Amino acid sequence: MRLQLSPELEAFREEMRTFFTTQVPQEIRDKVAAHRHVSKEEYVEAQRVLNAAGLAVPHWPVEWGGKDWSPLQRHIWREEMQLANVPEPLAFNTSMIGPVLAAFGNQEQKERFLAKTANLDIWWCQGFSEPDAGSDLASLRTTAVRDGDDWVVNGQKTWTTLGQHADWIFCLVRTDPTAEKKQRGISLLVFPMDTPGVTLRPIELIDGGFEVNEVFFEDVRVPAENLIGEENQGWTMAKFLLGNERVGIARVGSTKSMLAQAKAHAREITSGGRPLAEDPRMAARIAEIENDLLALELTALRVAANSADGKPHPASSVLKLRGSELQQAATELLVDIAGPLSLASFAEEGSDVPDWARVATPHYLNYRKVSIYGGSNEVQRTIIAGSILGL
Amino acid sequence: MNFDYDSEQNDLREAVRGLLARAYSDSEQRRTVVKTDPGFDEKTWSRLAEMGLLGLPFAEEDGGMGAGPVEVAIVAEEIGRVLAPEPFIETVVLAGGLISAVGSAEQKGELLAGISEGTTIAVFAHAEPGTRWTPAAEAVTATQSGDGWTLTGVKEPVPSGARADVLVVSAVVDGGTGLFLVQGDASGLTRTGYRTHDGTRAANVRFEGTPAVALGSGDQTPAIERALAEARIAYGHEAIGAMDTALRTTAEYLKTRKQFGVTLNKFQALTFRAADMYVSLELARSLALWASMVQEAGGDVVQAADRARLTVSRAGRHIGKEAIQLHGGIGVTAEYSVGHYTSRLTAIDHLLGDGDWAADRLAQNVASYDTVDPLGAPYAP
Ligand SMILES: Cc1cc2nc3c(=O)[nH]c(=O)nc-3n(C[C@H](O)[C@H](O)[C@H](O)COP(=O)(O)OP(=O)(O)OC[C@H]3O[C@@H](n4cnc5c(N)ncnc54)[C@H](O)[C@@H]3O)c2cc1C
Repeated sequence: MRLQLSPELEAFREEMRTFFTTQVPQEIRDKVAAHRHVSKEEYVEAQRVLNAAGLAVPHWPVEWGGKDWSPLQRHIWREEMQLANVPEPLAFNTSMIGPVLAAFGNQEQKERFLAKTANLDIWWCQGFSEPDAGSDLASLRTTAVRDGDDWVVNGQKTWTTLGQHADWIFCLVRTDPTAEKKQRGISLLVFPMDTPGVTLRPIELIDGGFEVNEVFFEDVRVPAENLIGEENQGWTMAKFLLGNERVGIARVGSTKSMLAQAKAHAREITSGGRPLAEDPRMAARIAEIENDLLALELTALRVAANSADGKPHPASSVLKLRGSELQQAATELLVDIAGPLSLASFAEEGSDVPDWARVATPHYLNYRKVSIYGGSNEVQRTIIAGSILGL
Repeated sequence: MNFDYDSEQNDLREAVRGLLARAYSDSEQRRTVVKTDPGFDEKTWSRLAEMGLLGLPFAEEDGGMGAGPVEVAIVAEEIGRVLAPEPFIETVVLAGGLISAVGSAEQKGELLAGISEGTTIAVFAHAEPGTRWTPAAEAVTATQSGDGWTLTGVKEPVPSGARADVLVVSAVVDGGTGLFLVQGDASGLTRTGYRTHDGTRAANVRFEGTPAVALGSGDQTPAIERALAEARIAYGHEAIGAMDTALRTTAEYLKTRKQFGVTLNKFQALTFRAADMYVSLELARSLALWASMVQEAGGDVVQAADRARLTVSRAGRHIGKEAIQLHGGIGVTAEYSVGHYTSRLTAIDHLLGDGDWAADRLAQNVASYDTVDPLGAPYAP
């Protein structure tokens, strides 16, 4: 056991911090910090800055632009990126389909997609969930039927995040409806969003934003070469992908950044004749969340420092569960610091309410999602109870 | 001691429920209404007036119905049940309450009649960007000029502040906080309205030497404190209605949504959480009903309101969050009802003081008594 980072890692951390805070445009990072809408162009710009420096996909195989980093280095990279409010490289590209292509794709597919995926020349979306297949993903019903050199896809996906920006979709489809276990009859297809027969309907979320969509497929013809991996091997890849999705999901850096903002605002707000930050109840509440976050960060570090052999540490399953709860606690804290000002949510010019207080409640409401997606917190508990405790 | 409604109160509840069920039969209807200004339905407002609800608590000689806090609570709960966006509490309980408490006979006669008839929307412009749920004004000041007054400063956020025909404004006067009436078309008045996250409207209201008429005279802090307490109680009932629907909707969803080949109510992990929501709701309902009874009995309404606020706040957060979580993804969409309930509960929680704020106020007194007797002093005079 040793507390300090090695001098090399200390230097690495400094290098990351310097890069993120000096090379990624300030306006974009300010938007992320302010929880304001980041445009497609800004996402692309930020990711290309990272990619040019080899910092968009360090966890990919070296051959495809990755770095041979230790889990601890990856952890530091991610945390520093979040602390600096850098929009993270698009998860659909870098944590989901990229690693799947690198691990399961054929040489042609790797050459065709990986570099463009890292550079966000292709914007991917994730076509997994369906109206009747949420937590129970394996019950998905979208079908693909082989017809000559094509697959013909029919059905519907939903919750497709930023599908409106997407060039391509990676899609779980049922290719063998007769398979004994429903997990066995699923394949992974990729195709462009502008393929005839693909339509998209935006879904408005409770904060008034549009970030998810329904996607409908009507006789969509997909060339056979767009099948990733083997036919009916989709579930294996889905599990591999969802495992990656959970990495870095603790989002400690991002929650830390929210808490720092919360404290700054609490110092500005007056309550009972003193700064709200000095109110004993408020101060204790902040201290409590900070300490919970510390426990989470240390657990994330423990997991990172111990998973060098490639096997996930069992405690990694607490990261998503607790990480989402603390993100939600931080957004709620911001609403409560804003207090009555939080009502001015959609104020524009002519309002005396500061911007951070206006976005606080929409952001809080929007963040109810983080305990639902990527495997809901109930699903996380099922994993802990079943796989870890053997219950 | 009796928590039941009498038959007239039951009739009132059925009538209000019927009216609002027609106006907001599903959440799409509400969504359509709140999309455009003023964020509520003027026709529904007129119907509320026709039913006598907008004059419910005002004295009969002022054009009202002379009903009590329990009747107001009944209306508020029904409003919460369907999230009706009409500014009932803002206009009738808060602004109307202040006018009837401190207005001259003439002011009452004119304004309360207008409110009762549905022709005057009055709101209380009290919150300031630099204050936090205090009864006192700090930034808006009143200056005497000739027979009248002028106001200077900014109020924000003011619920329905851009739509209001008349503003009841709190402002700093010698020796405290005074109350003033400002007409919506007054000179030197700038109102910038906007949508709030829960679909209702609020405004920045700027006074620049704006002519105003005094409502009562001298320091009105106690009257403000009281009106805010009565509004907190009413919002508590609105929250109860909203929580009740959120819980029912959630229970219904658990019975119909299928995953893993079974309806979600087969998972005890979820049904127990619905049961906990019920526990929160019923405890909060008890506090809300009790606070209205204290008000009716003439007890310490400010303290009772703080107690109700605390419990309702905790319950609202608990139920609002769980209602979404137990629904899964559909819970965070604007196309489904339940998220709107959470949004409104969050708004109610921050309008006039949240749970921590109420707990802090109560904490200041805990050393001064031994036990809380809900049926004794200071709640029952
Ligand atoms: C904002 C947002 C973005 C998303 N983005 C994407 C995307 O880009 N691509 C994509 O494919 N999907 C996406 N999703 C979908 C997401 O993965 C699903 O919402 C999630 O899997 C839950 O499914 P569901 O919403 O159908 O809820 P359900 O599965 O119906 O669950 C409802 C409730 O029941 C609980 N529950 C379900 N089963 C059990 C059980 N066995 N035991 C105990 N509790 C249980 C759940 O935890 C939840 O509380 C997104 C979702 C959201 C909200």
